[in-house]
Amino acid sequence: MIPAPVIQTSQLRKAYGKFEAVRGVDLCVEPNRITGFLGANGAGKSTTIKMLLGMVKPTGGGGSVLGRRIDDPGASVEMRRHVAYVSEDKRLYGYMTVAQIIRFTSGFYPDWRKDVERDLLALYELPPDRKIRLLSKGMRTKVALLLALARQPQLLILDEPGDGLDPCGVEQLLESVVARSGDGTSVFFSSHQIAEVERIADNVCILDKGRLILDATMDDLRQSYRQITLAFPELPAESEFQMAGVERIRSNGHQMSLFSSGNTEAVIERARTLHAMSIDVTPVALRDVYLQTVRAR
Amino acid sequence: MFFKLNATAGQALYLQLMQQIRHATESGALGDGDQLPGIRTLAEQLVVSPNTVAKAYSELEHEGLLEMRPGSGAFVSLNRRGRSLAEHVSSARQRAGDLIRELRDEGLHDDEIRRVFEAELLRTPETARRR
Repeated sequence: MIPAPVIQTSQLRKAYGKFEAVRGVDLCVEPNRITGFLGANGAGKSTTIKMLLGMVKPTGGGGSVLGRRIDDPGASVEMRRHVAYVSEDKRLYGYMTVAQIIRFTSGFYPDWRKDVERDLLALYELPPDRKIRLLSKGMRTKVALLLALARQPQLLILDEPGDGLDPCGVEQLLESVVARSGDGTSVFFSSHQIAEVERIADNVCILDKGRLILDATMDDLRQSYRQITLAFPELPAESEFQMAGVERIRSNGHQMSLFSSGNTEAVIERARTLHAMSIDVTPVALRDVYLQTVRAR
Repeated sequence: MFFKLNATAGQALYLQLMQQIRHATESGALGDGDQLPGIRTLAEQLVVSPNTVAKAYSELEHEGLLEMRPGSGAFVSLNRRGRSLAEHVSSARQRAGDLIRELRDEGLHDDEIRRVFEAELLRTPETARRR
């Protein structure tokens, strides 16, 4: 049995006047997994997330989160009880102290995890008696994370959670996300920090100019994607390598560089029959996949 | 036990973890009956998705190298098959070591040798034994 997705959209669109921020996105996010949502600033990540949460009305298409339709206000409210969201701007009540906002927020959630609250207060070294508006940006991010993580949500949606955090803060963030995932929370987090995503994500979606251009498991990216550099006494036509899996071909002098999403064996076999002098296969990092996929468009 | 996963090595993280656990049993760092950390604990230690650890453990359980006991975690189980595999791998390592020494003596650099091995592994068609 295939478990029901926690997020599903079909041809989701959002236009602001003539500007199309999101141009027909089909998302399918599996439960009990950590899914990274990558894209440049302005690619449409935040708009997509806000549509999922019912904060922005789609101009086309639709979807569901935890089985509830995103364009039905009643269903959306019900859904939000089980979804924790940390926004890019981490808006919090500035006049409250850290302890006050924790007490205030925990009152809304019967499943509030006192143990998680205590652990994160200590881990993040948050000053309980300081007012939110006097906190640094990084500290405010940590408060917002604490409030989201201690709720024990079914789905955790984070929009650029690492922004404003120093390297130690990012590490603590990743540890906290992994721990909540271990508790059975599905995680969907947007980021332009590729290295963060690469370490903890099970799945990765890449959004570019409002379109979903990649949706894959990290296992598949690591196992299948390769950079293949070939050298020939006489360079063959690039069309010789237009085959399944070859995403991008560049030629330079006696060398040809291929970016493949699979089918590496067949590419190497072809290179041999074309008398390649050297065949060099290297794995690619998520950064390469991102750059190659975005640039190829 | 210390494990180190490389996020950019071009190999699925669960496969890296499986190899390191296998290697630890082959080198004796993990013995029969030794306990491994729970899925959550190890995932938090390594800062990887719990699914990565769960998949590695379940594949190794399938191979017979780990025994999962509900509630108490994963235990190393070096049954006869596991032991003979360990011996086989250790002999293979010796032979590979001899070949590498030979190639080095002939003046090849480690980088070149690595590329030769990788290219050859890719050239031979994938077989059921590849994991």
